[in-house]
Amino acid sequence: MDVDGRNERMAAYLRDSHDKVVGRWTDLVVAGVRGRTSREEVRRELEDLYALIVRVLSGADEHAAGELTATLDELSRSRARDGFSPTETAVGVFSLKDAVYELVADAADLVPEFYSLSRMVDDLGLRTFEAYSSAREQIIADQSAAMLELSTPVVRLWDGVIAVPLVGTLDSARTQLVMEKLLDTLVATGADHAVIDITGVPTVDTEVAQHLLKTVSAARLLGAECTISGIRPQVAQTIVSLGIEFGDIATKASLADALALALRQAGLKVVPL
Amino acid sequence: MERVPILKIGQTLFVSIQIDLQDETVIRLQEDLADELAATGAHGVIIDITAVEIVDSFIGRMLTTIGSISRLFDAETVLVGMRPAVAITLTELGLSLSGVRTALNAEKGLEILNGKS
Repeated sequence: MDVDGRNERMAAYLRDSHDKVVGRWTDLVVAGVRGRTSREEVRRELEDLYALIVRVLSGADEHAAGELTATLDELSRSRARDGFSPTETAVGVFSLKDAVYELVADAADLVPEFYSLSRMVDDLGLRTFEAYSSAREQIIADQSAAMLELSTPVVRLWDGVIAVPLVGTLDSARTQLVMEKLLDTLVATGADHAVIDITGVPTVDTEVAQHLLKTVSAARLLGAECTISGIRPQVAQTIVSLGIEFGDIATKASLADALALALRQAGLKVVPL
Repeated sequence: MERVPILKIGQTLFVSIQIDLQDETVIRLQEDLADELAATGAHGVIIDITAVEIVDSFIGRMLTTIGSISRLFDAETVLVGMRPAVAITLTELGLSLSGVRTALNAEKGLEILNGKS
């Protein structure tokens, strides 16, 4: 028996028993999504998919396969965004087999046809999984980009004094971004004093120290003086035991001390009113 | 070959680099500046590199050399208007331009020189 003939007969069978299969399929999927999507919505999605599967099986329409994968990708992506697990997403497709099997179980003459459908549904299920994981990866990439943006503010403390409060682990990519933002702000505001506050940096190793030193020397080339503040006791001990030298770079225990130093260097004095 | 003009304003020599720096241009500038310092007895040099977008290690080193030469004439060199990208490049090259003072802009550079005298 040729594959095309089997597929066409399966397509004809699915077309005839549209209501029964889609109804059962919807039941199975709705049970899986546990109320996160309404029955009507699930039914609408599945009817679209079902119509496309029938078109692909009947082999009459060369665009159907492309449309089917596109629809499936879109469905998987929205599932990934809505927080469904990969199993739940894939099972949504696989349960079509259950729905059809329950109907053809009595008709032994449809077994080869059912096998073709089963192969196709398996492929679709894998496709779902791939689309799901790529959507998830995209979400993760977007989030880390957003975090990078969020985590590097440059704030103005005083006229001519800016500060960069660093929070979280410093790696090369982040330091580069911090350095660029700091230098751009120095040029844009004409500030000649910058405070790099590392209160929120959990650990300082040789690499992080190297990054900090680079930032300070780049700021110096622009003509701005840098102070490093917020060195915690443990961090100070680590720095000393690693033998890191900050050279002639001013370091202060707190941001307040650093600001006081910057004001003093700018020739300003804070007095009680 | 293009030449960088050197302007004398009071006791200060003002050099504004508005062209792409070639190695020969910088060497020529160094020579011209030494001549000018000897002739005028100026006490300060301001080198404005606001328009400079690209530097390499040679130019970075020459800037330090210019600073050292000026000091021999008892003149202080202030490099002003460096772009962030240039600063990052020089840092990555490991050049900290020791012996040359830096300022954000020409105005602040003049303040440094005037504060000194």
